[in-house]
Parts: sequence; structure tokens; C-alpha cells
Amino acid sequence: MAEMTLLEAVNLALHHEMASDPKVIVLGEDVGDNGGVFRATVGLKDKFGCKRVIDSPLAEALIGGVTVGMASQGLRPVAEFQFQGFVFPALEHLMCHAARMRNRTRGRLTCPAVFRAPFGGGIHAPEHHSESVEALFTHTPGFKVVIPSSPQRAYGLLLAAIRSNDPVMFFEPKRIYRTVKSNVEDNGNALPLDTCFTLRKGRDITLVTWGACVVESLQAADELSKQGIEAEVIDLASIQPLDMRTIFASLEKTGRLLVVHEACKTGGVGGEIIARTAEHAMCLLKAPPKRVTGMDTVMPYYRNEDYFMLQEADIIAAARELVEGWK
Amino acid sequence: MNIQAMPMHRFIDHKGTLVTPLPAWLSHDMLVSYYRDMVLTRVYDNKAVALQRTGKLGTYPSHLGAEAIGIAIGRTLKSDDVFIPYYRDMPAMWARGIAMEKNLQYWGGDERGSDFHSESAPHNRPSRDLPFCVPIATQCTHAVGVAAALKIEGGHHAALVTCGDGATSKGDFLESINCAGSWNIPLVFVINNNQWAISVPREIQCGAEFLADKAKGAGITGITVDGNDVVAMLDAVKTALEQAYRGKGATLIEAISYRLSDHTTADDASRYRSEDELQQAWQYEPISRLKQYLINAGRWTEQDETELLELCRKDVEAAVERYLAIIPQAPESAFDYLYESLSDDLHQQRDAIINKAMRMQGAKHG
Repeated sequence: MAEMTLLEAVNLALHHEMASDPKVIVLGEDVGDNGGVFRATVGLKDKFGCKRVIDSPLAEALIGGVTVGMASQGLRPVAEFQFQGFVFPALEHLMCHAARMRNRTRGRLTCPAVFRAPFGGGIHAPEHHSESVEALFTHTPGFKVVIPSSPQRAYGLLLAAIRSNDPVMFFEPKRIYRTVKSNVEDNGNALPLDTCFTLRKGRDITLVTWGACVVESLQAADELSKQGIEAEVIDLASIQPLDMRTIFASLEKTGRLLVVHEACKTGGVGGEIIARTAEHAMCLLKAPPKRVTGMDTVMPYYRNEDYFMLQEADIIAAARELVEGWK
Repeated sequence: MNIQAMPMHRFIDHKGTLVTPLPAWLSHDMLVSYYRDMVLTRVYDNKAVALQRTGKLGTYPSHLGAEAIGIAIGRTLKSDDVFIPYYRDMPAMWARGIAMEKNLQYWGGDERGSDFHSESAPHNRPSRDLPFCVPIATQCTHAVGVAAALKIEGGHHAALVTCGDGATSKGDFLESINCAGSWNIPLVFVINNNQWAISVPREIQCGAEFLADKAKGAGITGITVDGNDVVAMLDAVKTALEQAYRGKGATLIEAISYRLSDHTTADDASRYRSEDELQQAWQYEPISRLKQYLINAGRWTEQDETELLELCRKDVEAAVERYLAIIPQAPESAFDYLYESLSDDLHQQRDAIINKAMRMQGAKHG
């Protein structure tokens, strides 16, 4: 077992699965000699050769479409988009074809592909490099949507994504690519893609979050604990399908729901979680559910970026309001 | 401009005259066989339009005028090759061994139309061919992925993808031929240049004289072929596939044809296309020229024609009967192929549609 970053865990999972399954192919721009813009694919080409680690032309629609074509023939391609904001040229392939291949052929052909993309803000990146659009793909039937928030879960979830017979959008929170470290054992054990993870037990409030916001949510929970409020923190991890059972079980204890995500508020996944809670578990709630989310704006250029990133204090304030205002 | 008068790969002209000696590998018996295939698909096409007009089929895109292109592709591809069609490719799919009623099922609103086996594939196994592609040109990028997969697998197989002239304006097409050149993959592109992308004519798609000229910029072979001449199409597709099998890379075939129909049954081409132009195009269509050639060669008679048409009508009617007898899919089937397995929430939605369908059927019957 070795301590590593989330980025290194992604790389480890790719190494593991390419070694154990010859059908796994990695493709994208810069993934070969350069090892990807963030170095997630470093060393793969040396180990597995240029037939399995394929540098593509600079054409995202092509990357999306080629991945669909490869997957339709039984390969397990793992495509890398350099940033989530660069997935947009490939949307037609993802939504019209990848997500629908199994359905439109009644299972004759499938699309066992993984589409990886770093996402989110907070690294002072240029325009179009800070998107958080997981809701877009969650709203598209046929996809699984997965977001790891720790090295250990990045390793296990990526293995599961590659082994999945359904197409998976795998979004990596680049803000914590190198800042979060944990021990990861290269044991080939995949994590489930339909379960969220309870990271911290608590009795007073349930914080549901994912991606880089898990860091601030855990910090907020620690601070709240000092103030006498015990928060249960749930890392959603699998955005689609949504594991509401774990959330409802937590609400049975806490009765208070706070969803924290970096993506825009309107139409976001937080709204879906709260809607399902209202539909199926309203009686568990002691207070109206609440969201701490990104603003409904375009992410500003980096000089103003910090004002728009979620802070630990935002979460603490919302949690206190929920607990203290609704006693 | 009379596009048919422009220089292109051709063996039999529009009057049925041999202008280039037939390829050595092609016999008159084979030509008669291909002629029969082409006539069958035209009879089918007419029937499909009639079915749509009488409410027994959904919106349907006729392939009238594209018979030579489709039959050449379908009869030349080998069983282990992979075909990536666009939505006007019924002749090629049929010639490849896909049952006619599968096509009716697809345009009749039943997803099982894309769940086909191929009679040409060993052991009648599920075909690896992709389903019809409706979004324009996206299938070209899928074909690059398929061809790359075939190259990774090893062996001597190829992929063949088709598109219309309108598709060549899209980035997907250009990205695909560009990548095919740089990756040196076993792939054949066939453009059915039928001169119209719904109402937009060929000259608005691109300023190049020939769409095949785009191949040069991609570093692949390009050839312009008379798409109404089945011999020229057979020869071009065969040559391109052999090049692909030998690891010599991709080919772009521009097949010059003409869309003798409306874009689909939902379209009225008389709004934007002159009757004179249509009538002129009929002078060049693929079936009459081959018939005339075979008659001139002493290999076909009007008696043969009468018997063939009767046989085709019987075959098509039998396919239509099989199509109309197909039991509808269960409403919940929309859930059954969405994922490999369903989440709890989708199970609940699946149950809901079953209950709703039962209520609606109960109301209808009682």
C-alpha cells in the first residue's frame, strides 16, 4: 500500500486494468508520450505500446465518435478529454450514440466506454477550463456518471467504470488532483457504482456532496463539531444512478439535509436530490432542505474566481442556519 | 451543369453502352444477379413509400436512384468486414444479408429493427454492423473507431462507411478522413453524392469541383465514380477494400448519383427542385442502363423482366406480411436495454409504465 495523489491513483487504475484486460484502450490528445496534460496517462504508452495508447488528432468530436466505434466492436476504450469544457464538441456522439447504443440495438451492440475529463474550478485556469456540468449527463438516459473525491475511491471507481458494460462519464476534480493524498492498495478491487460513501458519522445534519467540495465539507464538519453540531458527510460519488437509500438512512438520524456542490444551482443535481427527498422522505425532515452551490453564472476569469468558489464558511453558515433556525 | 458529363470512373454509360472493358473478375452472370438485386430494392422502395402513405410505416427516406451504390457495397463487403450505414442505405444492408422486414421494422418505429443478424455472417451470428445513423456524418467518426478496432484486432478486415453529400460539410466527416489518413486504418468512405441535402444543392455544400478532392488534404486515396454505374461502383469498392486489407490505408469514394425521390416522405422536393432537372436525372438512373446493357449483351429479355418483377413483388409482399405480423414490443422494453441492469428508481418507473399501459389498454378494450 502506498500513499499517493488522486491523479496517481487514476494512473494506477489505468495501469492495472490495461495489464489485466487487453481490450482496454486509452485514447485522447497528448495521452501518449506526454502522458496527458495532467500526466494521468504517464507511462502507459511505454508499457502497452502505441496500439493501445493512442494519441488522437486534436478533435474532440472525433475522440468521442472513435470511442463509440471502438466500444461497439467489443473494445473497452477509455477516452480522455483534457478538460470538461472540451467535451462539448463531442456531445452529439456522447448523447446520440454512446448513451443509446445498447437501447437502439436492443442489446446487439453496447458501448462499454469510459469518458474521462478533469472538471471544476479553483486552479486559476483559463476560460472554458472550469466547468462543472455533471447534471448535463445525469439528465441523459444511458450514462453512468461518476466523480471520485479521494485517491482510494478514484482507483476503485475507475476500475469499476472500465469494467462497466455501460458508458461512464468519469469526472475528476482537478482542484484536488495533487492536494489530496491517501493510501491506495493496487489490489484490483473495484468499488460499486451505485453506492455513495458515508465519510463521517453525525446526528444533527446530513451533508451530501461530491468532488472537490468533499474537502471543504469535511473541514466544515470538523468545525461544526467544535460548535456542538455533528454532521454526517456523504460523498455521493455515483451521480447517476443516485443512491438515495444511504441518504434517506442518514436523514432518519439527522432530519436535516444540506447538499453542497460546485456546479450551478439551477437544474443541478442538488435539486434532484432534494426533489426525491421531498417525494419519498418528506416525513423524515425536521427542516426544509437547503443547498450550497455554485452561482448561476459563467465561472469568472481567475481574478474573481475565489469569490465564486465554495468556502468552508459557506457550508458552516448554511448548516448552522438549518440546525439552529429549525429547532 | 450536367454532372453526369463530367469525367469519372465509369464502365457503362447511361445508354447502356460499354465505354470501358468490364473488369476481368466480373462475369455476365454476376451482372444479371446484381441487376436482380437492384430491381428488388426498387420494388421494395416503392412499397415502403406506399406503406407510409397508408399509415403502416413512419417517415421513410427513399433510396430511389441509389440502388447501384448500395448493391455494390453490400455485395462486395465480406462477412467479417463491418458496415457503418447512414439512413438511406437499405439496398446495401439488404445485400449484406439483413432481412427486409428489419428495415420495415426500423422505419415502422420498432427498435428491434436495429437488432439484426446477418445471413452473410458466419453461423448467422449477430452482426457487428452499426445501425442506421440519423445524425449527419457522426457515423464517419464511429467508422474510424471501428476500423481502428479492426486494426488492433489484427487480421485482414475493413470497415466501410457511407454518407450523403451534405455530410461532407460537417466537421465530423473532415475529422474522420483526416484521422483515417494519419492512423492508416482499413476504412472506406463512400459519399452518396445525390446532389441534394434536403433542399440545399451540392454547389452550396462545397466550392470544390469534386468532393473526392477532399481526400488529398487528408492524405488518403480519393476517386470520383459514376454512382449510377454498378460496375464502376463494384470496381471502386473492391479496389478500395483490397487496399484496406493490405494495410494500404483508407479510400474516399465519391459516388455521383441523383436523389430521384423527395428527401423523405415528409418532404416535398417540388418546392425547391425543377421538374426539368428531375426528368433529366431520370435519363441517367442506374437500373435502366444496366438493363439496356444486358439486353444488348443478349443476357436479358422483356420476358425475364416481367418474371423478375413478379418475383420481386412476391418477395416484398412476403416481407411486408412478416413485418405486419410482428408482435409489438412491450412498453417496458424502453427500460430493458437502457443499462445492463436497472437501478431501483428505474425499476419503479418500469413498473409505472406497465401499469399505465395496462390502464390504457383496458380503457381501449373495455
